[in-house]
Amino acid sequence: MAINPFANSGNSGSITRPPSSAERATDSIFRAVAYVCALLIIVLVAFILWEIGKKAVPAMADHGLGFWVGTTWDTNNGVFGVLPEIWGTLYSSLLALLVGGVFGIAIAIFLTQDFIHDRVASTFRTIVELLAAIPSVVYGLWGIYVLIPMIRPGAEWLHAHFSWFPLFGSDLSGPGMAPAALVLAIMILPTVAAISVDAFRRIPYKVKEAAYGMGTTKWEAILKVMLPTASSGILAALVLGFGRALGETMALAMLIGNSNQISLSLFAPANTLASLLASNFPEAGPIEVQALMYAALVLLLITFAVNIIGLGIQQYTMRKFEGKA
Amino acid sequence: MSNIDLVASSDMEFTRPNLERQLLEGRAIKNNVLTILTWGTAILASVPLLSVMYMLLVRGGTRLFGADFAEVLTALPPAGFEMGGGIGPAIVGTLLMVAIASAISVPFGILAAIYLAMLEPKGKLATTARFLAKVLTGFPSILAGVFVYAVLVISFGYSALAGGVALAVLMLPTVVLAAEEAIKQVPQRMKDAAYGIGCTRTQVIWKVVLPTGLPGILTGVMLAIAGAAGESAPLLFTALFSNYFISELMEPTASLSILIYNFSGMPFENQIELAWTASLVLVLIVLVFNILARLFGQPKV
Repeated sequence: MAINPFANSGNSGSITRPPSSAERATDSIFRAVAYVCALLIIVLVAFILWEIGKKAVPAMADHGLGFWVGTTWDTNNGVFGVLPEIWGTLYSSLLALLVGGVFGIAIAIFLTQDFIHDRVASTFRTIVELLAAIPSVVYGLWGIYVLIPMIRPGAEWLHAHFSWFPLFGSDLSGPGMAPAALVLAIMILPTVAAISVDAFRRIPYKVKEAAYGMGTTKWEAILKVMLPTASSGILAALVLGFGRALGETMALAMLIGNSNQISLSLFAPANTLASLLASNFPEAGPIEVQALMYAALVLLLITFAVNIIGLGIQQYTMRKFEGKA
Repeated sequence: MSNIDLVASSDMEFTRPNLERQLLEGRAIKNNVLTILTWGTAILASVPLLSVMYMLLVRGGTRLFGADFAEVLTALPPAGFEMGGGIGPAIVGTLLMVAIASAISVPFGILAAIYLAMLEPKGKLATTARFLAKVLTGFPSILAGVFVYAVLVISFGYSALAGGVALAVLMLPTVVLAAEEAIKQVPQRMKDAAYGIGCTRTQVIWKVVLPTGLPGILTGVMLAIAGAAGESAPLLFTALFSNYFISELMEPTASLSILIYNFSGMPFENQIELAWTASLVLVLIVLVFNILARLFGQPKV
């Protein structure tokens, strides 16, 4: 006699039973819906690339590759080039990465290497996370009314005494590269710190114990053992922080001065791709909109490339440690 | 007799190493200097946050906590040399557009996360979608605006709906990744128990996985909302701005962040003060959602 596993042998309280055909139908419909939603993420990214690319095609045909190296943005004569913006984007992001990277890694070390009690560390982590929660536009406002007046005397002194040095080659007349890069550094610091903290946390505890067991001081252990072990994770943090900085818009549009020039000076006004879009798009005519779409495509390609590199490094790091564990 | 002498001969000079910590030894000094530097860096890094908070409370607080706070919160923004006025339309606009964005991104995001975490976590579709969601977290917010401009604004004009869609694009990856993480945390045994009594996968998801993973999912949703509320770049040329309260979805709409951007550059003291007030209100909205995220995220006792 065949045994029916689902037969309720006198136990009428059991809820065990096979799914009804209606339940099976609901199940496949629901799974199909979930499948479509997951597929939509891929479709969305493809659609974004397609739409921006399609709208940029007329400008690509008009300006070609010269767009990448042109230095003027002249709406009246229809001459467009984004070299100053590419330069400003990369330069501001690199400066921000220099400052934000040093601070971010230092804070990750501070939070993970037993400098403070765990509970204090989690409070401090909250503070760093709040730094990321403050909207970009509020940082812009703060930059205009607090940061620029604050760094101006220092900038003037540096320019007066060291104007032969290219970094200080011009006067800070208000908005400029230095305040923009500083605010950018504050904004990417939480990203760098959070990913670096993860990298340090991933190191097995025995690695640290082995270092201390050999009689290293705390900093010898950090510099010679912990940092090299976490290095690929920290690299991922820096690359992803750099990606954040490249695409940041509002604070830069408010602080960088929107001037179409290439200069090494920290105090000269400059422009970035994102703030070019922010300040020119709302009032642009049809020809300029095409050029702006091309600029948007340039920004899209640069940020996607940087982010994909960063994510690749991060996944490599994760696999490396999971393999060892 | 073995020629290995295990006991050191008594006549050999045996010096004990000094195991006490030497404070003035080079490596100890280096250690202390670096420790002090790290403390300094950590303290210096919290200065901007304190400064921003201080300015918000002092310059934004005078209006918001003053006698005419009701006017500030409900009145229309002032024109040119006009005194008084408020940020009413901007508050309504920001909340409305965030609501639209949540209504779009939360259901899609959670359903996609269910697929990524439960239905086919190792499949090609899931791997690709997960990677692209991560790439999207680093997507410049202004490009969400450019994208929606190309898709919606060119045909239908500036509108609250376009602004909401742009914010939804930015919320989606946060919701998906957080919800996936939360769903993965649900213990396998609970799922196995449900499968064992004959549940379909859909029933397991709705009756076991979603209720159990809800706190984590809500944390992600709240963080996404907090992020979207503070966004301004994607609204610049999708929702544009308006000086009046919104009356229908398909018209230009004010938002707090664009109001701050517009007023920050104005030469009038009244407008600048309102920009600070709007910043304080915006930061408070963002903080409320951040705190909610933390409350939901706390493990249940």
